[in-house]
Amino acid sequence: MRAALIIARHVVQESIRRRVFVVVFLLTVLFLALFVFATVKAFANPSPFGFGNGNLIEPGQFTSITTVTLLGLGAFASLFLATVLAVFLTLGAVRGDAERGLLQPLVVRPLGRGELLLGRFVGAVAVCVVYVAALYAVVVLVVHQAGGRWPDHILGPGLALCAAVCILVAMSLLGSVFLSATANGIAMFMLYGAGLVSGLLASIAAALGAHTLQTIAHDMTIALPFEGIYQSALHALGSNQTGISRVLVNLGPFGASQSASITFDLWAAAYTVILAVVALIAFERRDL
Amino acid sequence: MDASPSSTDPGALAVSGLGKRYGSVVALEGVELTVGPGELVGLVGANGAGKSTLTKIACGLVRPTSGTARIFGAHSDTRDARRMLGYLAELFRFPGWCTGSEVLALHQKLAGARADRGERDELLALVGLSEAADRRVEEMSKGMQQRLGIAQALVGRPRLLLLDEPTSALDPAGRRTIRSLLLELRARGIAVLLNSHLLGEVERVCDRVVILAGGKVVAAGRPEELTTRGGVEIQTGNGVRRFPQASREDMPRIVAQLVAEGVDIYEATVVRSTLEDAYLELVDPA
Repeated sequence: MRAALIIARHVVQESIRRRVFVVVFLLTVLFLALFVFATVKAFANPSPFGFGNGNLIEPGQFTSITTVTLLGLGAFASLFLATVLAVFLTLGAVRGDAERGLLQPLVVRPLGRGELLLGRFVGAVAVCVVYVAALYAVVVLVVHQAGGRWPDHILGPGLALCAAVCILVAMSLLGSVFLSATANGIAMFMLYGAGLVSGLLASIAAALGAHTLQTIAHDMTIALPFEGIYQSALHALGSNQTGISRVLVNLGPFGASQSASITFDLWAAAYTVILAVVALIAFERRDL
Repeated sequence: MDASPSSTDPGALAVSGLGKRYGSVVALEGVELTVGPGELVGLVGANGAGKSTLTKIACGLVRPTSGTARIFGAHSDTRDARRMLGYLAELFRFPGWCTGSEVLALHQKLAGARADRGERDELLALVGLSEAADRRVEEMSKGMQQRLGIAQALVGRPRLLLLDEPTSALDPAGRRTIRSLLLELRARGIAVLLNSHLLGEVERVCDRVVILAGGKVVAAGRPEELTTRGGVEIQTGNGVRRFPQASREDMPRIVAQLVAEGVDIYEATVVRSTLEDAYLELVDPA
């Protein structure tokens, strides 16, 4: 365990000092600048999303819809940028580092391969969780400052985003055992995109009442549980919305019709453990 | 062929019946090899002969298909074994954002040692990198990174060093430094398995040489045992006279005889084949 902590600390140092992470920092600054601008503009406009002349929707409801949509946008961007960071930190953790010759000097030290993998996981999770939590907090504060509203739930969505990032880190680490760094990076973003598609399918299916589409979306979410956790975060951000506000939020790109169940949360936790065990077994058997 | 100094010596490294297959490709087959404590053994062979595979099995990076490799009696893929060895891979890198001193500090911690600045300074001085302790790896030349790799292999005071082409990226001065270092390590009682293509270097510093071909040990012994005597050559006023069957002891007699015959003698040499000759004869007779 001591060796795992040494590796984790090394990963944290790497995330701070590698030049590539300046890119993530700049993207974050750019996103926040645009987000602040968009948020201020959105609350300054009485009907920012063009929902009509106000006969159907009360002015207060506009503010609610705007708040939930902007928070959803913020949650999406937070998870996306945290995913970029998670993938950068782990895409070459095993095969990529072995091909570049970075791994061999570490593996011959008296630490288990499991400890090495655990260290990479803990280090990447530590960095990404702090990042996504901080970014989410800034998003919530910006929306509150501009619109005077808090999310319907504050802590739950933040924790859900952190959990989603943990799953993504585990997926990327597992991919790194089998794939080269480039292939793993591509695969991870394709899986991330597939997750987003399943979320969109779920929203469309719920709006249309299409059972088959719902089944497809559900199965995709089981296979990629980070998306279910993310949908749960979106749902919690505006869970107190009712009536037309609820419908309009759900029809938007950042709406989620339902929250994840406890069973799903347990599955997501088990999924992460299964990925870790498979990664460990494969890494133990791998010739370097 | 058994490449052991003696059958009773357990050895710093004891390889027995070692085999490795990659699918249908046989990388190693029935390799027997022992490196005694404080012994410097050279491992030579053509590309693909199995040298790197053997070295990687010895440090637990590759799992053998058959046989065992033990480090001072401990199975090579155990932590006990890895506590006693230092390894320099043929192809390795350190994180570019780390300084030389930070690389060594990380390996000190992973080796279970205290992150002792004194040991780091000593190791960096040993490989001639004292001035570059705080330089980032990405700012170092390839040769400097190679030296840093050797310093890293020495972290934790290993009892066995496995060096895979340690001088491949070094200039002649760097190679001389490493040769001196190897001799110093041997004097300190550290066993070394040196995997190298540079036969002259191996011949110069190694106590024993093991030649691998096609995954098998085809020859092993002291360099002077592997090379053969090629007689005596004498440069005379009429050209070079060769005496293929003669030995060093025959030289005074031959010279006296030629002088008595009135032949002018300019130089007399005992001819001995090099390790390269012996190697080529075994590995590539054509």
